[in-house]
Amino acid sequence: MSVLIDKDTDVIVQGMGKTGTFHTDKAIAYGTRMVGAVHPSRAGETEVFEGETDHSGVPGRDDRYRVELPIYRSVAEAVAETGATASVVYVPPPFAADAIMEAADAALDVVICITEGIPVTDMVRAKRFLEDKATRLVGPNCPGVITPAECKIGIMPGYIHTPGRIGVVSRSGTLTYEAVFQLTNNGLGQTTAIGIGGDPVNGTNFIDCLAMFNDDPVTEGVIMIGEIGGTAEEEAAEWIAANMRKPVAGFIAGTTAPAGKRMGHAGAIISGGKGTAADKIAALKAAGVVVAPTPTDMGAAMLQAMEAAGRA
Amino acid sequence: MKIHEYQAKELMQARGIAVPMGRPATTVDEAVAAVRPLIEASGNPVVVVKSQIHAGGRGKGRFVEHPDVAGVNVVTAGIDGGVEAAEAAVRSLAEKMLGSTLVTIQTGPEGKTVNRLYIEQGIDIARELYLSVLLDRAISRNIVMASTEGGTEIEVVAAETPEKILREGIDPAFGMLDFQAARIASGLGLEGDAHRNGVKFVKALTRAAVELDTDLVEINPLVVTTEGTVMALDGKMSFEANALYRHPDVQEMRDLSEEDPAETEASEHDLSFIKLDGTIGCMVNGAGLAMATMDIIKYVGGEPANFLDVGGGATADKVAAAFKIITKDPNVKGIFINIFGGIMRCDTIAEGVVSAVKEVGLEVPLVVRLEGTNVDLGKRILDESGLDLVSADDMKDGAQKILELTR
Repeated sequence: MSVLIDKDTDVIVQGMGKTGTFHTDKAIAYGTRMVGAVHPSRAGETEVFEGETDHSGVPGRDDRYRVELPIYRSVAEAVAETGATASVVYVPPPFAADAIMEAADAALDVVICITEGIPVTDMVRAKRFLEDKATRLVGPNCPGVITPAECKIGIMPGYIHTPGRIGVVSRSGTLTYEAVFQLTNNGLGQTTAIGIGGDPVNGTNFIDCLAMFNDDPVTEGVIMIGEIGGTAEEEAAEWIAANMRKPVAGFIAGTTAPAGKRMGHAGAIISGGKGTAADKIAALKAAGVVVAPTPTDMGAAMLQAMEAAGRA
Repeated sequence: MKIHEYQAKELMQARGIAVPMGRPATTVDEAVAAVRPLIEASGNPVVVVKSQIHAGGRGKGRFVEHPDVAGVNVVTAGIDGGVEAAEAAVRSLAEKMLGSTLVTIQTGPEGKTVNRLYIEQGIDIARELYLSVLLDRAISRNIVMASTEGGTEIEVVAAETPEKILREGIDPAFGMLDFQAARIASGLGLEGDAHRNGVKFVKALTRAAVELDTDLVEINPLVVTTEGTVMALDGKMSFEANALYRHPDVQEMRDLSEEDPAETEASEHDLSFIKLDGTIGCMVNGAGLAMATMDIIKYVGGEPANFLDVGGGATADKVAAAFKIITKDPNVKGIFINIFGGIMRCDTIAEGVVSAVKEVGLEVPLVVRLEGTNVDLGKRILDESGLDLVSADDMKDGAQKILELTR
């Protein structure tokens, strides 16, 4: 078990530029079931992927892979032909929100948008469009989602992950890698790692992920990695205090960030006195979350939370 | 991206939003020349001389060179003395303000040089209100915030009298609806003509905010004149960086003299860089990790000199550019490179660092922590380069080592 994606998830890719093609290749090497691509002007063609298998991924495969990926005119056509339930979006920023809405219109279960730099106005519209749809959006501006040794959708390096007991949810890409790697090294491993992205308007939020992990029988604990800006971490802390049955560890980046400066991510900015790391850390601690004092201690904080809950 | 008040008012006026008449000036003569047409067109003998800088608090701000002169000055000499007296007063003010350093609560103690003035008609103010359009992240929509407490900082109002803040969410499918705009106008206590003008103002402002992809439009104060006109006495607009590509007219309003030169140079290389006051330069991949690196430097007792995210797809050239920007800062006493290679490969980082050091030299200690994709290859490139650097096992180890080396 896991959340969002597993070994049976069939995935299509929207956006077959340089980045999309590169990461589709990596996903196939990992063992992800990539079943099609969407590219209107290349519909009817196939894109061939071949190379050496990434054995940190899905077990029991040959040392080399070769996949002829069919290209479709639209998401609807790709879904009709392949039965895919998930898509990953690498479409450039000016067109990415439309790609998300197209995927929702085709009734996919989950759309994972990697694209960084989508205008907020576009995401506000896309989010409005998704309101009455069943499709779950993850991202944008995120590393993606991985269920180790089953399915990798996104740009994260596969080999730092290992199947295990902890659900990971994070606003930041490389900090997720840091946390995942520490959980791999201390033996806890991951059930599913979800990057929710660093933009102010995103699809899936912390609470959505916490709820999924809470209900997932295999996930024994959760680590959430937040950063300055907004109040998503404070809202998550309230939800944890009221609902969470599993131990939670956390880390918040940006303790030293000055107010009014956007720290790389569009969403990471302290404005109007709101969104400071101190507020977020206090809220998480009050909810019983073990907060790592430094990013080097994230794995240790998770272990400590598991021990305190008698699950170590 | 921020723009000046006079530019924001230009954009507003073009979109049917009421603003006072005004003229920008970069020289004393231009400032003086603005006075007569403004007084004649408005019929009001009062003019206002406003400093144009990318920071608020100008009215209460003072000039370092002329502590008796404020950042914004109401010139009343024209009431008794006519246009000539107003012109003389504006000349005297402009001579002191242009080229001088204005310090406000938002500029920091170093202040900002005033290179432009905005000369505006006087307004007979009946009431001062507050209005803004910004993103409410909790509902993923823009909202209009309004308050009767104009002229006061909205953060103060929010903290002390939150019930005085009115909010209306804007559904992107419909825009600001008439009844919502009317609810704001009524909530602000507007009546008669002022109510009608208020509704029109709110609708035009929200339309402009969406059309221009602003991340903040703040009108503080929004004034009601004695004749019932509703207009933007001040106007602050900033734009969302991701959407600037579709607004070339707004891009042209960028004033590089208002920005930190190192940050401008970084943005040319597509690097995310923010200058800070400390002594330890940082180079990191990923925004979250870059922030966390600053945090851990502080945690072990140091002070970061910058935030620098080289991004996920950095090339060796980009890494070299980043390295040069860091070493240019005279405060930097040591450099900490912290990389968790995912897509960014450690060998790319290593090659960039080696080539940058060859070009610009290395006069301060360097600690490097590499992890992730091609880490062994990256370490070998650094080892074989003969560079005088220290390797770290993890982030905390790296932060401690650079701190020791800079003490």
